[in-house]
Amino acid sequence: MKRLMLAAAVLAVALSVPAAFAGGNGLPTTIGKGEGSLYLVAWEGYTQPQWVKPFTKATGCVVHSKYAGSSDEMVTLMRQGGGGQYDMVSASGDASLRLIYGKDVQPVNPALIPGYKNFIPALKSPPHNTIKGVHYGISLQWGPNTLLYNTQKVKPAPTSWSAIYSSAYKGKVTVPDNPIQIADAALFLSKSQPSLGIKDPYELNQKQFDAAVSLLKKQKPLIKKYWALASDEIDLFKNGDAVIGASWPYQTNTLRAAKAPVADLIPKEGATGWADTWMLSAHAKHPNCAYQWLKWVSTPKVQAQQAIYFGETPANTKACAIMDKLSKGSCAQYHANAPAAYFNSIKFWKTPVADCGNGKKDCKDYTAWQQAWTQLKG
Amino acid sequence: MRAVALLLPPGVWFALIYLSALVVLFVSAFWQVNPFTTEIEHVWTLANFKTIFESSAYRTIALRTIGIAAAVTLTDAVLAFPFAYFMARVARPRTRALLFVLILLPLWSSYLVRVYAWRLILSNDGVLNWALHGLGLPSAGIAYSNWAIWIVFSYVWLPYMVLPVYAALERIPDSMLEASADLGAHGRKTFRRVVLPLALPGVVAGSIFTFSLTLGDYITPTLVGGSSSQFIGNVVYSSVGIANNVPFAAAFATIPLVVMALYLVVARRLGAFEAL
Repeated sequence: MKRLMLAAAVLAVALSVPAAFAGGNGLPTTIGKGEGSLYLVAWEGYTQPQWVKPFTKATGCVVHSKYAGSSDEMVTLMRQGGGGQYDMVSASGDASLRLIYGKDVQPVNPALIPGYKNFIPALKSPPHNTIKGVHYGISLQWGPNTLLYNTQKVKPAPTSWSAIYSSAYKGKVTVPDNPIQIADAALFLSKSQPSLGIKDPYELNQKQFDAAVSLLKKQKPLIKKYWALASDEIDLFKNGDAVIGASWPYQTNTLRAAKAPVADLIPKEGATGWADTWMLSAHAKHPNCAYQWLKWVSTPKVQAQQAIYFGETPANTKACAIMDKLSKGSCAQYHANAPAAYFNSIKFWKTPVADCGNGKKDCKDYTAWQQAWTQLKG
Repeated sequence: MRAVALLLPPGVWFALIYLSALVVLFVSAFWQVNPFTTEIEHVWTLANFKTIFESSAYRTIALRTIGIAAAVTLTDAVLAFPFAYFMARVARPRTRALLFVLILLPLWSSYLVRVYAWRLILSNDGVLNWALHGLGLPSAGIAYSNWAIWIVFSYVWLPYMVLPVYAALERIPDSMLEASADLGAHGRKTFRRVVLPLALPGVVAGSIFTFSLTLGDYITPTLVGGSSSQFIGNVVYSSVGIANNVPFAAAFATIPLVVMALYLVVARRLGAFEAL
């Protein structure tokens, strides 16, 4: 069926049939003529001229992008002013469910996206963007939150997240200014204090939540700065104000390019991570350009370009060969050819909700996470 | 008639843009946001103010903001007074012009550039520590802290203190100083009994700028602040831009409004408005 729909879609595009936004299940079955512009909310580095310029040239859709610094900001931008301002958002897993349940985004038809069939199986219908078989967006890239450290100042090299919770590097630690950081503390506690019984760092009951927050409170005097932008953390490491901290591979890449003595790793407790999805606003004014964009960013070439630029892993398996062509060894460096076990070792960001999925509804929801974070920062 | 015609455009602008914005701000502070849909519910409630007064975190943030604003004002007054005195009463016209340029020169570059420059100066491998090491002293270690915020604010708002103080000092007639001397007061007494009271309105006028500018800023705390450096402005910014909770932001924003109103009442008593 999927193949048939795809064939129909390809045929329709080839014949340039005008937009037919009314398939059997309400989904479009063809992509019509572009509307001339496209408004995006994206992570910094996700709309580089490298792949946006050729897109505009090929489709006539001029891209206007707004960078957001956190998932919370993305959700707010998609909702502000009734929600018609932006067509799409590159939501991480901790924002996507909020957008779906808030009815801010609409279902999309993966059959219209040729690159989709080459995605790794885990990202075809992941629980953070697919509800009961309905796809609310197309997966993009994913990666782990890593432990970044200065190789000259941090010796021996750390192997555990305990390095950012112990006083060895007091006043030289930096972590993201983001409530989801509570999950990092919970992940560490799930290994260091098994008696708490933490199974999923995003599903915490009162006792587990309190333990994570109190660990973060103890960590606070060690913190130099809670970083809000990736460039802040890069400055901290460059100028020696921080020597160890929670990070993304992007910072490691940038610092290494500037010859800073840094390295990163996934500590023995594992890592949290992100899996991003391009989602279509429920009030999108440029749906055809949006579908063109989904097609474009799913192609192996753009997937490879973005993976190397940001230091993350593409969803499209065909990107691996192109990555190696663009930068030797980058496919393996960014785990684009890693086995499924690697993907499964990462605890991907998702929105904490009261319903833990065990029949009980005693988990702390995201509002509680945000409040705890505000109180913590003070 | 002509006066009315002249006053009408700014009057309308003031009423429409400025006063109505303040009214909307104040009214929306009594609304609330539905936590699930994040839509504003137009139901009167004091919940936002209750949260602010009951939560120790918000109290700390408000007190930190006001405290640092006061410290910055005091620092600038102490730094600006001798400088302005020298400019107004000692320097020759040519030196005075040069000093004016020096005071105003930083204002020619962007505020952001200057704050980022301070970030580089204060950082661990920055100019400050480099100089201290050169003198055989230990590192200062004040990067990304409330000390850094205090230093940067004192620097960026200094011209706003120097200029009104200079204006006030310059206006003191020489004859008064001569009279004071003729009546037997020596230099220090003349300064305390004549110069200082006459210059005070200028200092208070300058303090309105330094205090209110610090009170409303959120960029400097973001850029040079540390792990406990949130200002009122930061909470307002994140309430609007990240949490989409405009009513709470409005409620919190009334704090600097009230503080400033009280400050202006006191400043008026001290004659600051005649010195502007």
